[in-house]
Amino acid sequence: MIGGLLRAGLVAVLLVLVLAPGWVAPLLAPLAPEGGPVIYDRASLLSLSLSHLGLVAVASLAATVVAVTLAVLVTRPFGASFRPLARSVTNLGQTFPPVAVLALAVPMMGFGAGPTLLALFLYGLLPVFENAMTGLGNLPPATLEAARGIGMGRWQRLRLVELPLALPVILAGVRLSVVIALGTATIGSTVAARTLGEVIIAGLLTSNTAFVVQGGLVVGLFAVLLHDGLVQLERRLSPPRPGAGRR
Amino acid sequence: MIEIDRITKVYGSTTAVDAVSMTAETGTITAIVGTSGSGKTTLLRMINRLVEPTSGEVRINGESTEAIAPHLLRRRIGYAIQGHGLFPHHTVARNIGAVPELLGWPREKIRSRVDELLTLFSMEPEAFRDRYPADLSGGQQQRVGVARALASRPDLLLMDEPFGALDPIIRARAQEDLRRIQRALGSTILLVTHDMDEAIRLADRIAVMDAGRLVQLGTPAEIIARPATGFVADMVGEADRPLRLLSLIPAAEIAEPGPAEGEALPAGSSLRDALSACLASGREAVAVTTDDGAPGRVTLDAIRRRGELV
Repeated sequence: MIGGLLRAGLVAVLLVLVLAPGWVAPLLAPLAPEGGPVIYDRASLLSLSLSHLGLVAVASLAATVVAVTLAVLVTRPFGASFRPLARSVTNLGQTFPPVAVLALAVPMMGFGAGPTLLALFLYGLLPVFENAMTGLGNLPPATLEAARGIGMGRWQRLRLVELPLALPVILAGVRLSVVIALGTATIGSTVAARTLGEVIIAGLLTSNTAFVVQGGLVVGLFAVLLHDGLVQLERRLSPPRPGAGRR
Repeated sequence: MIEIDRITKVYGSTTAVDAVSMTAETGTITAIVGTSGSGKTTLLRMINRLVEPTSGEVRINGESTEAIAPHLLRRRIGYAIQGHGLFPHHTVARNIGAVPELLGWPREKIRSRVDELLTLFSMEPEAFRDRYPADLSGGQQQRVGVARALASRPDLLLMDEPFGALDPIIRARAQEDLRRIQRALGSTILLVTHDMDEAIRLADRIAVMDAGRLVQLGTPAEIIARPATGFVADMVGEADRPLRLLSLIPAAEIAEPGPAEGEALPAGSSLRDALSACLASGREAVAVTTDDGAPGRVTLDAIRRRGELV
């Protein structure tokens, strides 16, 4: 109940910040420099938000597809020998700072969304891959034995038993990846990707804390709400626990 | 009929199962008994090819198991294991209907089969169909596991320590249920257990395995009365052998006409029950009801004679 109220409150604050930022101008005014603008108006916050979320969605989706596929392959008997290689590759994606990826990618891909997508994709691989490995590697042995024993083929075992049972753990990885990507996407604005980072960077360049707070709050609220939504989804997809009754 | 023909499994330098041959008649329960590491589970798992035999062959109703792809073979052979292995994310109905679903039965047929099995296992379909395994007791989970193994009316049911995770009271009830259902359906069952009591109670024939070899195959009475090796005698329990033998013989079999004090033993009691009643009451004879319903008695002397191992 309290969670529900809090959630509704956060959604309301976010909607105001994105759709009617003028309403909060009096609150932010003390943070703006003397005579300077209080509300960012060089682009609509709504279109920046949509573009920001779009970049995160595309990069996270791609990272999820690639990481889960990789995890599935290396947990099969024929792929076991590729496990260390897959681990190194995904680890490399995480250790390489996104800023460096941007710097290296711009000469090849030019300014815009491309380098940001690449950086977010690489950065997002590891959490999903590691969780998918954990999820697929810790399934109840009796259930797997039964799946084989009643005559499911490899593909059926994966589709009907392994992936559904590992799904909550995989989703936890996706959640981590999405939240990281939401924050990281802001630096995409340094290479002209349209993200909420634009507002923050504009604030930093003009010493306008009001802008920084606006951009930061919107990104932060998106992160909190998406995190919350994905937690709810994980709960719904987890196998029922004792006493949970019918779903 | 299940024919196992010189089946062998070698892992590196150890022979887990060594040229075991045996047959199991249709409609019977055969218990494979042995200690851990005796190869009994490996033997069972070679029948549905969860383990591929190194050499030898298994034939089900004359057809070699090599003639069919392993996963298709397994859909024709029921498989129930210790700890049930139910799918936690599927309802009871979907768990039981898993093999029919793989076989592509129409939805309606699966549904009626699931209800039929739930009823057979004394579980109200309305109440249990849509529940999840986590909401069931251990005994109920085990019954759903066996119901799943029986769902597609398999030629053969393999059970690996199916009652291992149950407490003694629930286990005894599960064993009775299995016997009742097996008789009703005429199923052919191969059951692996380390528990000789369970084997004696359930099986028509007992196969005793030791170090990968089949050391004796016979009826429970034969195994108890004439253990082939010291190992078999140990498995039966040397001191308990006369009592175990008595437990296999119905009291009505040696009943004689005549009076006896006290209340009659219920029909279906064994000589072990009769002996126990005699000892408890301090009497020389106990009243029994014979098969044709006539009153009779079983004397302590008669029990003593029948229990001698010669």
